[in-house]
Amino acid sequence: MPKRTIIPFGPQHPVLPEPIHLDIAIRDEKVVEAIPSLGFIHRGLELLVDKKDFNDMCFVAERICGICSFIHGQGYCQGIEEIMNVQVPDRAKYLRTIWAELSRIHSHILWLGLAADAAGFESLFMHSWRVREKVLDIFEETTGGRVIFGVNKVGGVKRDIENDVLKRIVGTLKDMEAEFKPLANVFIDDYSIKHRFSNVGMLSKEDAYKLGAVGPVLRGSGVSIDARKLGYAAYKELNFEPIVENSCDCYARTIVRVREVYQSVDLIKQAVDKIPDGPIDQKVTGSPNGEFFSRLEQPRGEVVYYMRGNGTKNLDRYRVRTPTFSNIAPLVKMLEGCELADVPVIILTIDPCISCTER
Amino acid sequence: MSFITKSPWIVHYDGSSCNGCDIEVLACLTPMYDVERFGIINTGNPKHADIFLITGYVNTQNVDVIKNIYRKMPDPKVVVAIGICASTGNFFRECYNALGGVDTIIPVDVYVPGCAARPEAIIDGVVKALGILDQKKNKTYVAPVKPEGVII
Repeated sequence: MPKRTIIPFGPQHPVLPEPIHLDIAIRDEKVVEAIPSLGFIHRGLELLVDKKDFNDMCFVAERICGICSFIHGQGYCQGIEEIMNVQVPDRAKYLRTIWAELSRIHSHILWLGLAADAAGFESLFMHSWRVREKVLDIFEETTGGRVIFGVNKVGGVKRDIENDVLKRIVGTLKDMEAEFKPLANVFIDDYSIKHRFSNVGMLSKEDAYKLGAVGPVLRGSGVSIDARKLGYAAYKELNFEPIVENSCDCYARTIVRVREVYQSVDLIKQAVDKIPDGPIDQKVTGSPNGEFFSRLEQPRGEVVYYMRGNGTKNLDRYRVRTPTFSNIAPLVKMLEGCELADVPVIILTIDPCISCTER
Repeated sequence: MSFITKSPWIVHYDGSSCNGCDIEVLACLTPMYDVERFGIINTGNPKHADIFLITGYVNTQNVDVIKNIYRKMPDPKVVVAIGICASTGNFFRECYNALGGVDTIIPVDVYVPGCAARPEAIIDGVVKALGILDQKKNKTYVAPVKPEGVII
């Protein structure tokens, strides 16, 4: 039996944009155990509810994570609106859906680029990020920010998008889709990508469900669960099916994300067709009193917010369970028995967002 | 731009930022903004790097990591604090584990404001860092005195 060696991975590592530390125990080249340790970017955001009132907390919630910032703000606002019984105008719901889906496109293309980089495919990384800039231009035009928007507020949204701008956005997305297609085909068909991703990081359907995987990791293992099907915001009026792949490996997770980009473009088209005219916000008076669990689908999977108000300006408790946190247990399972050289690729396929995880 | 006589390599570390500035730093390296035209390459190894880009504020957990990366970089070196969190701590300085901006533990040469810092601002900051790197090489650099008790 070869000796057991521990290889430290991170916190500062070329493949990781963010710090996570893993102690990887290996025998020869095979990983026998992976022990994660977290906390390098822990900020204690949930405790800030003591110092910020519930309206300001929306901006704190957006800064949980810069990649899925919009959906964090949306989840927070939906929870507070539910507690306070605020009827959000339909147009605001549709606008939130459109921005959320744009966030999903930008996050997935960002991830595809990083995955290509981890696999050693530098030019694919560069081209993916070039395509992604088109989505960021839409954000800049409609909200003023590129990654953090600040357009959500309790009771609706702060900015409207005019109908002709919405039509133009659909046109831009069509161009983007045409540019994305050749790249997507590389992810689907290319020999070296397949070689690197296929049969690596296996996670069976049962394990994925039992260990509480969420998002593309769960759907890549053949379980059809998507929190958007709950019908929050405008999703109940849009027509879509969760995207599921059955091969349970890194390749399946990549394909799920590639197909979700197309799905999001389609959802935005549907939303632009159906968006009603009307006001974009509802005046909110008073303070939240009560508690609520808010569930949403982020690019990385399902996120759960718990909030409890006591009738004052400051919430009693605010808790976020983020998708990457749920995906760490499946990640440790995937790493067992893999080759050391595959570790970066496997870590990347859960789309780790450490800022979300540690809050 | 004639003062650029070398290709500076950067090392990037995410202190405790929200990711927003990190993806903007990466966006600088990709075709739209393309800092490689200045010869700038992102390296994972602090021993190869001249410029240290750091995002996010300092907390008790990552203080050793940041100091370690800074120590491992060869002289002359320049530290660029990207975003308002790295500069002052933003509203996160009210968090229970926050120590403050990056300049509480290592000397910072260039501050790039913004939440999130825009790629144009980051490139401007890095180009300013190149000038400082040159001055440090010629030993003509005089560090500016930071006013006491001023929060930007």
